[in-house]
Formats: sequence, structure tokens, C-alpha cells
Amino acid sequence: MNSKPTTSAVTPAHITGFVLAVLLTAIPFTAVGLNLLAPQTTILVIAITAVVQIIVHLRFFLDIRIKSDRPRANISLVFAVVLLFIMIGGTIWIMTDLAFRMGH
Amino acid sequence: MSSEATNNSAEIFSHHEDEVQLGFWLFLMSDAVLFGLLFATYAIMAGNIAEGPTGTEIFDLFNLSLQTALLLVSTLTIAIASRHAMLGNTKGAMFWLLASCVLGAGFIALELNELGGLVLAGNGPGRSGFLSAFFTLVSMHGLHVSAGIIWGVTLVLQLSREGVSSRLLSRIMRLTYFWHFLDIVWIGVYSTIYLPWIMA
Repeated sequence: MNSKPTTSAVTPAHITGFVLAVLLTAIPFTAVGLNLLAPQTTILVIAITAVVQIIVHLRFFLDIRIKSDRPRANISLVFAVVLLFIMIGGTIWIMTDLAFRMGH
Repeated sequence: MSSEATNNSAEIFSHHEDEVQLGFWLFLMSDAVLFGLLFATYAIMAGNIAEGPTGTEIFDLFNLSLQTALLLVSTLTIAIASRHAMLGNTKGAMFWLLASCVLGAGFIALELNELGGLVLAGNGPGRSGFLSAFFTLVSMHGLHVSAGIIWGVTLVLQLSREGVSSRLLSRIMRLTYFWHFLDIVWIGVYSTIYLPWIMA
């Protein structure tokens, strides 16, 4: 998982990842809890921090890098993300279209 | 890992190890697709309240914050556990694995409390399309976390018998991946289900 031959039980990558994850969790929770922003801005904040935090977890905890020594793991990750886009996007597209045509 | 082995057998071992970890990674990716479809189902069903309550009426920001904090800290403790295992420190690995399982169990307790309260109040999965999709997605995540806890406790028992071996290290690495993956799913859960309802 870590290529550096450090003997410390907590690696810098874990600390960086954890601090970033805490910040990226605290931001949307604070935005919702204090209700400071307009609803649409809050949704945008939740969406952006979620996507960034997922990338942080992939990079610092699951050790996914763009230039990886495990190219097959990266390829399968990209494949899964493409599948998710097609299936989630397609489901929402078709079902909302159907609801519209059914007069809802 | 390879200190006593010859270069050649170490290479074979590490190649085999790569294959095993890749296989598990592929399982995680297919699991991501499973969760993705449950998220899609939820997105379609979220508006189907029927005569039941909306999320705004039943979700609690404090409970959600506690659950999220427990899972977030456990993602660090399991990373520390895997690091101890890599360094060959059996006691450290056992302690941090157990800590992660306790944090996970706290998460599950809060979740059971929340879902149980909803069912007792008559707002179970049969109440509305929204609640059906919500219960399915959240319980599927909770079942995964519960499996991770059982897996973690099993590893602690195995560690107490044989210490960190290459076999157990390999298993600990997979549990660590599984655990981090579940935390990523939870980011999706609170961002798409809980927070949008609570802010409304």
C-alpha cells in the first residue's frame, strides 16, 4: 500500500487523507446545520465536497494514483465509474421522462 | 515479507498476492455498481412520499453527525491497523483492528436505533416508496459494515493465534480496502439522502 520504507505506524498519507476528509465532511454538515446559504448553493456545496472527498479517499486510503503500479485496478475503477454514470444517469433520465409522459 | 525468501519465490508470492488483491478490487467495483443502482432507485423513489413522512420530518442532523464521525475515525484506525500489520506488529494490528470494529459497532448501534425507531413509529419500509428505497440502501450499507465487523473480529482472533503472517496480512489488506470502500459509500448516503432532506 505504501512504497516508502518508513517504520512509523501512521503514514503522512493517512494524516493528510484524514485531515482533508474531516474538513470535507465538516463543510457540508456546517452548511446544512447553520443554514447560512441559499438552498441551491448548499446543494452545490454538498455535491462538490462529496466528489472531492471520494477522490481524497481513493487517493490517500485506497492508494489509487494516475501513474499507478497497478494499472488493472485503475482500468477497472474507470470501467466501474463509466458503468455507474450510464446506469444512474440512464435510470434517472428514463424514469423522469416516463413520469413526465404519464402526466405527473 | 521477502527477507527470508529467495528473490524468485518472493516474486512469485508478490505476483500471486497482486492477483488476489486485484480479484478483491474487482469485487469492490461490482459492489459499487450494486450500490449505484440502489442510489438510482432511491433518486427515482425519493419523491414518492404517499401519505408518509418526508425525510425532513424523520432525519436528525445530530444522529447523522455522530454516525459519520464514527465511520470517519474508523477509516483512520483501520489504516493504522493495516500499517501495523505491514510492519509485523501483531499487538498493534490487533488493537487498531479491534478499535475499528468498536467504532463500526457504534455506527451500527446508532443506525439500528434510527431505523428501529422509524419502524416502531409506523414509518417502516412499507410506508412509502421513499421509505422502501431509503431502508433498502441504508440497510444494505449497514449489512456491509456488519460483515466488516465480523471479518475484523475474526482477524483479531486469528492474529492472537498465529501473529502477523503473510496470509493474515493479505486478509487485513483486503478488509482495509473493504472498509475504506464502505466509507466512500457512506459519503454518497449522507450527501444524497440525509443532508438534502435535513436542509429542506
